Amino acid sequence: MTQIITTYGSLLLAAMGQTLLLALWGLLFGCILGVIFGLASVVDNKLSRAISVVYVNLIRGVPMIVLAFFVFYGIPYGARTIFGARFVLTSLQAGTICLALNCGAYMSEIIRAGIQSIDPGQMEAARSLGLSYWRSMFRVVLPQAIKNMIPSIVNQFIITLKDTSILSVIGFPELVNKAQNVIAITFKSFETWAIVAVMYLVVILALQQVANALERSLKRDRKK
Amino acid sequence: MTVRSKNVKIHVENLVKNFGHLHVLKGISTDILEGEVVCVIGPSGSGKSTFLRCMNRLEDITSGEIVVDGFHINDKKLNLNKIRENIGMVFQHFNLFANMNVLRNLMLAPVDLKKATKEEAQANAMRLLETVGLADKAESYPSQLSGGQKQRVAIARALAMNPDIMLFDEPTSALDPEMVGEVLAVMKQLAKDGMTMVVVTHEMGFAREVADRVLFMDEGVIVEEGTPEEIFSNPKNPRTIDFLNKVL
Repeated sequence: MTQIITTYGSLLLAAMGQTLLLALWGLLFGCILGVIFGLASVVDNKLSRAISVVYVNLIRGVPMIVLAFFVFYGIPYGARTIFGARFVLTSLQAGTICLALNCGAYMSEIIRAGIQSIDPGQMEAARSLGLSYWRSMFRVVLPQAIKNMIPSIVNQFIITLKDTSILSVIGFPELVNKAQNVIAITFKSFETWAIVAVMYLVVILALQQVANALERSLKRDRKK
Repeated sequence: MTVRSKNVKIHVENLVKNFGHLHVLKGISTDILEGEVVCVIGPSGSGKSTFLRCMNRLEDITSGEIVVDGFHINDKKLNLNKIRENIGMVFQHFNLFANMNVLRNLMLAPVDLKKATKEEAQANAMRLLETVGLADKAESYPSQLSGGQKQRVAIARALAMNPDIMLFDEPTSALDPEMVGEVLAVMKQLAKDGMTMVVVTHEMGFAREVADRVLFMDEGVIVEEGTPEEIFSNPKNPRTIDFLNKVL
């Protein structure tokens, strides 16, 4: 155990850095997609709602490992054979796309549910005063909805962070991928996976602490 | 219309509203005059609230016409938000903004819509809270208020936009009985000050005392209308008589 830590510790820490980097990109774009499709699923427009439903169901219906293979291998291959276009995606780019699409779909559902959990009377009251739909949304509905969404959003952040491990299959040098390399050299799978598990656990517990603090501070300045 | 001394504030002609296959309003016509207080009474499901909500187009109109201050409110090109600034609405369930304290509830619309600076809006809000007797609650959150207090804040919030018309959608129906009086008192004062008011209500006492005109609605039509005296003391339509027998 100590031998692995001393010899490969810095390598595994660097791999955790890559995991966090990928998670951060995935979450960033995932949140953007989530907000866009989440709002698209509540506005009074059949087309935008339909697009949102298709996106969410498509992503929910496909395992992320399949999505990863498709984006990383399938799309460049298809582009070459069908359109004659030559392009490749780096594993970070493909990984970010997969995580963002995946996280975005679940986030959009969290946001939709959060908005729909707010009494429609809040929107009506704001509209009756002459505020536009979007002003009412941003000044009245969303501030209340976000408070309800936070536990689910934190949960989704954690899931997305853990989902980065799936992207080891397309060769992205994150923690699981590197751990497999270490085992290939040392044959010490018990120790290595134990170390990896603890590393994930520490990071996720830390994230949970930050989230708890955030939630508490939100509760404090909006006593309801 | 021209023979009347007062201006028509809201003109409703042959208003029809369907929810899918459900015919809620089946052709309503009436004129509401400037400064008039009109109470709409009738059994549940008669379309009273829907009628009211059509006036500021919280409900889209299926057919017919509503003209507020000369603006056809079902005109697609109309800036509906501008019209709504002029029509205050008070809801059965108050609908105070739960994420804001009382003062910010009153200030949101005037400041956001650039009707007033922050300072003006705050001064106006405090004056309005004074008139509804809740100046000491300015910093409270809606969840800390009683039902009657919430509804008085809701009235003040609508008044903060300085509307010429106020719509009341069963403003006392969700209140404990001992809190009905305080809300009605505020509404009476408003009526006395000359506000044009349309009030959907089950408070027959209020309708009798304050209304200039009472509309009795049933099954999506105005069955009978007249002064409170005519409706309450001398109703002519058998459905009106039946309804009043049940509630009075």
